[in-house]
Amino acid sequence: MTTVRTSPHIHGPLSTNKAMLWVIIALLPSTLWGCFVFGWYALLVVVVSIGSALLAEYLLGLIYHEFTLRDLSAVVTGLLVGMNMPPHVPIYIPILASVFAIAVAKWTFGGLGSNWMNPALAGRVFVFFSFTSQMSTFVLPRTLLSSADILSRASYANHINADVFSGATPLSLLKSGLSMGMTGNNQFYMLNGRPVTAFAERIGGALHINPFAVDAFFGNTAGCIGEVSACLLICGAIFLLIMKVINWRIPVVYIGSFAILTWIFGGIPYERGFFSGELLLPIFSGGLMLGALFMATDWVTTPTTPWGEVIFAVGCGFFTFLIRYFGSLPEGVSLAIILMNIVTPTIDRYVKVRKFGYVKPSKKEKKRVEAKA
Amino acid sequence: MKAATFPRGGVHPADKKELSKNKKIERLPLPSELVVSMSQHLGAPATSLKKKGDRVERGELIGQASAFISADVHSPVDGTVKDVIKVQLASGAVADALVIEVDSEQTKEFDKVYPWEDLEREDIQKAIKEYGIVGMGGATFPTNVKFQIPLGKKVEYLVINGAECEPYLTCDYRLMIEKGEEVLEGALIAAKAIEPEHIIVGIENNKKDAIEALEKIVRDKNLPILIQPLKKKYPQGDEKQLLKATIKREIPSGKLPLDIGAVVCNLGTAYAIYEAIKLHKPLIERVVTITGEAINEPKNVIAPIGTRIRDLIEYAGGVKDDMAELISGGPMMGFGIADMDIPIVKGSGGVLAIPFLINDKNQFACVSCGKCVQHCPIGLQPNKMFRNIKYGNYAVAINEYSLMDCKECGCCAYSCPSHLPLVQAFKMGKKMGRQLKK
Repeated sequence: MTTVRTSPHIHGPLSTNKAMLWVIIALLPSTLWGCFVFGWYALLVVVVSIGSALLAEYLLGLIYHEFTLRDLSAVVTGLLVGMNMPPHVPIYIPILASVFAIAVAKWTFGGLGSNWMNPALAGRVFVFFSFTSQMSTFVLPRTLLSSADILSRASYANHINADVFSGATPLSLLKSGLSMGMTGNNQFYMLNGRPVTAFAERIGGALHINPFAVDAFFGNTAGCIGEVSACLLICGAIFLLIMKVINWRIPVVYIGSFAILTWIFGGIPYERGFFSGELLLPIFSGGLMLGALFMATDWVTTPTTPWGEVIFAVGCGFFTFLIRYFGSLPEGVSLAIILMNIVTPTIDRYVKVRKFGYVKPSKKEKKRVEAKA
Repeated sequence: MKAATFPRGGVHPADKKELSKNKKIERLPLPSELVVSMSQHLGAPATSLKKKGDRVERGELIGQASAFISADVHSPVDGTVKDVIKVQLASGAVADALVIEVDSEQTKEFDKVYPWEDLEREDIQKAIKEYGIVGMGGATFPTNVKFQIPLGKKVEYLVINGAECEPYLTCDYRLMIEKGEEVLEGALIAAKAIEPEHIIVGIENNKKDAIEALEKIVRDKNLPILIQPLKKKYPQGDEKQLLKATIKREIPSGKLPLDIGAVVCNLGTAYAIYEAIKLHKPLIERVVTITGEAINEPKNVIAPIGTRIRDLIEYAGGVKDDMAELISGGPMMGFGIADMDIPIVKGSGGVLAIPFLINDKNQFACVSCGKCVQHCPIGLQPNKMFRNIKYGNYAVAINEYSLMDCKECGCCAYSCPSHLPLVQAFKMGKKMGRQLKK
C-alpha cells in the first residue's frame, strides 16, 4: 500500500514541538543554577509558573476545542515567566503572570503563531507594573553570602542589618547611584554596596576588568531566577544555534548595537563624556542575555526576513540602552523587546528580500520609465 | 579548484547516494511490452504516425513534432503496435501512447561511428531535432529549441549540469564515471552547435571521483573544458542556481539563461547528443536509477523509453514490504505515483521507493519563524504566499509576492518546522491563478 503525496517527500530534522523541546533544554542550565543559588523557593516559583501556564493552556483548549499542550509552547512560556521572576516573589505573582501570558497575550489572538507579543514578556511586564515593589526586591545568591571575605569588608558590614538577604541588582545600584549624583568610575561606589567573590576579585584584578562583571558573567549576582548566569545562557544559546533553532543575527546585532551605544554614550550620565561607557557589567547583568538570546529570538514575534531581523535587533538594542541609561527604570530589556514586537508586522510588511535576479533600476532607467509614463 | 556555490538559500538533505552509487550501469533485459507516450517532452505532444497493428523498427520515427516547442518520438525497439491508449504519466499529464509488443529478435544495434568534426553548425542543430533530443534533467525542454540562438544574442558560456543535487539519484554520476569521454565529446558537439566562448561542467563535490575522472580526461586530451566543483547544496542543479554558482550571474524573473549569455545543458543530454551525432542513434533509451531504502537491490540501468515502472522494479529485485511511497524522480521534486504500470519518459531519472512518510501529526500553525524565507533560493516569502493562498487571495500571492517565480524546489517545505504543505499550496495557487486569468 503506498501513499501519493506532493513533493518534497523528505523533511528536515526540525519540527515545532522539537524546537520547543530544544529551547527548554537550552534554558534548563541557567534555571537550575538560579534554583541552586537562590534556594528551594526559586524552584517552586519556576514550577508554579510552568504549571499555571499549562493549566491555563489546557482550560482554554477546552473552550476552543484545541489541544495544544503537545506543541510544548506553553512549557516554554511558563519557564520563561518563572525565569523572569525575582527569587522571593509572592507565589501569586508568577501565577498571575503565566495566566496573563497564556490567556491574554496568546489565546485572545488565536494561540500559537498568532500572538503579536512575546507571551512571557507580556506576563512579566504586566506583573512588573502591577506589583512593582515585589518585582523589584532581590536577594543575594548564596555564593555571595557564603564567601568568607564579605563580612570582613567594613563598608559592607555597616550595611548588614535586619534584611541581610536583600540585595540590589547591579543595574538598580547603578541607577540609584546615579540619582544620588554619583559621577566618575562606578566601581568604587559599587564596592560599598555590594560584595564580590574572591574568585572574581582575583580574575578582575588579573585582567583589569570590573570584578562585578566577572561575577555577573558566572552568575554570582542578584537578579531574576533565570537571568543571573550569563555564561550558562550563552551555552544554551550555542546549543540552539547548533540545532538551527535560532540564527546569529538577532542576538549578535542586539547585544552589539547595545554595546556600541553604551560605549559611546554610556558615560554621559556619569559626566565622563563620550566613548567612556563601561561595557562588560551592563552586558552581563540584568536581563540582556536572557532577552537577547531567548526572548528576542522568539519565532512568532520577530520579523521573518534577514534584514528585518537586523532592524528589529538594532531597535531592541537602542531602546534597551535608552531605558537603562535615560529612563527611570533600572532595567529595559523586556520593554524594549515588547516595543519592537509591536513594530514587527510593519517591518515584515516593508522589508522584503531581494528577489533572485532583481537589479535595482539605475537612475537613468528610472527617469526613462518615468518619462514613458 | 575551489568549490563554488550559490550564496543564498538552499538546504542540505542527506544525499543517500551510497545506495546505488557503486552499481554499474546495466542494460535492462527488454520487457515484453513498452508504452511509448507521445508526450515525452515539454510543450505540445507529438502526433502519432502509427496505428494499431503497424510494424515499428528500432529508431524509427513514430511521433512527429507537432509545434515549435515539441519533439520527435522514436521507437525504442523492433515490434508491433498492439494498441493506442491514453496513459497518465507520473506528472499527472494524460497523453496518447503506443503499446508496442517487443520482438524477441532485435536487429539494429547503432554501433557504427560517424565523424562529426566536419559537420556544420546547422547540420548539428538539425540532427538534434531529428533525433528527438530533449533536456534529460526532468524538465524535458526540447534541446533544438534551446540551441536556436536568436540573432544578436551571444552565447558566452555553455554550462553542462552535472550537479545532480537531488538526493538518491546517481544516473548522472554513473554516466560521468563510465562514459566520461563520451559525455565530454557530447559537450564539444553541443558547443559546435551554439559556439560558446567557454564550456563549464558543474559537478557537486559529493562526487569527488567523478570530478577527478573528468579532470583527467580534460588534461589528457587537452580539451577546452573547465570542470567546476560545486559545494553540495540543494537545489544547485536548477539552472538559475547553477549559473549563479558557476558564472556568478543571475537570471532575472521571467528571463532565460540566454539573456545572460549562457546555455545550460544537462549531462545526460550531452550524452544523448553524443549518441545522436556520433552513432546516429535517436533518444530511445536513458539511464534510470532504481533506488531507495525500500528497493531490494538498488541499480542503475539503461532502459528503453516506455518501460513500465513495474518492469524496472522487478529487475531491481522488487520492493520490500515496508514501502510507504513510490516516487518518480528524486525525493525533493519527484512525483508520487500510485500506479506501477505507468511508463518512464525521456525525463525520468529515477524510480524511488522509500519506507517512510513525512509525519503529518507534526503539522502546527505557522509560527512565522522565517525559515522558509531564509531557505528560499529565489528570495520569495513562502509564509506570506501560503497565507494568501490559504485564504483564497490568489491574485495577491501572484502579484505582490511573485508566486509565479516559485519553481517548487521544496526548500521551504523541507525546512518548515510546522510541516506546512507549502509546495502543495503553491501548486494549487498557480493553477487557480491561471484559471483566474482566463
